Amino acid sequence: MSQIIYNSFDREVQPAYLTPEYKSTIFRAPQKPLVLIKQSLSELTGPVFGDFNVGPLDHDLTKNTVKNGEPIGERIVVHGKVMNENGQPIPNTLIEIWQANSAGRYVHKVDQHEAPLDPNFLGAGRCMTDANGNYKFYTIKPGAYPWGNHYNAWRPNHIHFSLFGANITNRLVTQMYFPGDPLLNYDPVFLSVPPKGRELLVCEFDLGATEPSFALGYRFDFVLRGHNQTPFETL
Amino acid sequence: MRQTPSQTVGPYFAYGLTPEQYIYDFKSLANNLMVNPLDHEEAITIMGKVFDGQGVVIPDALIEIWQNDGQNQLFGRFGTGTDAENRFIFHTIKPVSVNGQAPYVSVIIFMRGQQLHSYTRLYFSDETELNSKDEVLNVVPEDRRHTLIAKKKGNIYELNIYMQGDNETVFFDI
Repeated sequence: MSQIIYNSFDREVQPAYLTPEYKSTIFRAPQKPLVLIKQSLSELTGPVFGDFNVGPLDHDLTKNTVKNGEPIGERIVVHGKVMNENGQPIPNTLIEIWQANSAGRYVHKVDQHEAPLDPNFLGAGRCMTDANGNYKFYTIKPGAYPWGNHYNAWRPNHIHFSLFGANITNRLVTQMYFPGDPLLNYDPVFLSVPPKGRELLVCEFDLGATEPSFALGYRFDFVLRGHNQTPFETL
Repeated sequence: MRQTPSQTVGPYFAYGLTPEQYIYDFKSLANNLMVNPLDHEEAITIMGKVFDGQGVVIPDALIEIWQNDGQNQLFGRFGTGTDAENRFIFHTIKPVSVNGQAPYVSVIIFMRGQQLHSYTRLYFSDETELNSKDEVLNVVPEDRRHTLIAKKKGNIYELNIYMQGDNETVFFDI
């Protein structure tokens, strides 16, 4: 039985730990080189979630926390496929999202931005990929918001995503951006990704997924770390 | 196909990833009660703080731990923003040795200011013999091994994580 070895992070597209333009990295980025180790049982496995973990409205942020009406903003559908670098779909894996509301305000208690909260929008959701690795969320397009990194700093519109994949080497937390956003050129978080990787973080407008008279469609695929052979060979 | 690049978890993950811990009205899928200590007399507590390069305790880190020793598969998730001392705290059981390796817990660290998460491991101070022979610990320079070994105090194992500095935690490329 040969050992499956999962690929490392692809440094040509992954951000460096230290990117001084994003000031919070300065005292939080590890400074010593990472120590390369052989993957063992714990790294080659990871937590397993199932449909039983996900409530019927968890994937629909326009409905999952309404109190007295509908959330304000532009309804969107965000969908796509989760794959690994080998192009294999990753079925039944958990995706979690969180985001600002349409005014650019997070529900989070430390968000001090003076924009209104929306009583009908928490901005958190989750779903499982289906048997073919596909996922779909309904939500409200998040607004841009200011932050304190530098003078007149604004974060582009984005949705935070968290994925588990096949095992803990696959773990991914990232942010999805929208096409044509002028703030992308000024955002040190986005620009910390090497040029080759940047377009991988911008979703595509998808007229095919747009639901008539209801919601605009966007497509965003995920590619998690792959491995040196198909896992089936060792089963 | 190219990997999707990572981006920071940011400062506002709590209502999405750890909602119940931070008292938001949304169900949590994972928390720090990996076993209920009332049901497991062998239960242990793992805890510690995360420090930045200026020696300041980080109050907005998200810590995930995963352990699989072939017998138990346990996952925990906890943010450092709710404990009065900004500790991460997990209630779990100690993993057993697999194939002669020292028992360990995998640790994944996310925070504002980290564009890519960090991986480390937590080993146990009362496993001196297995630790001394462990293949992974022996790859780590001897003067840095202590950054991975949680100190036992009763049923509590304590390990601080240092992002930078002389005691910088060993982070792994896995």
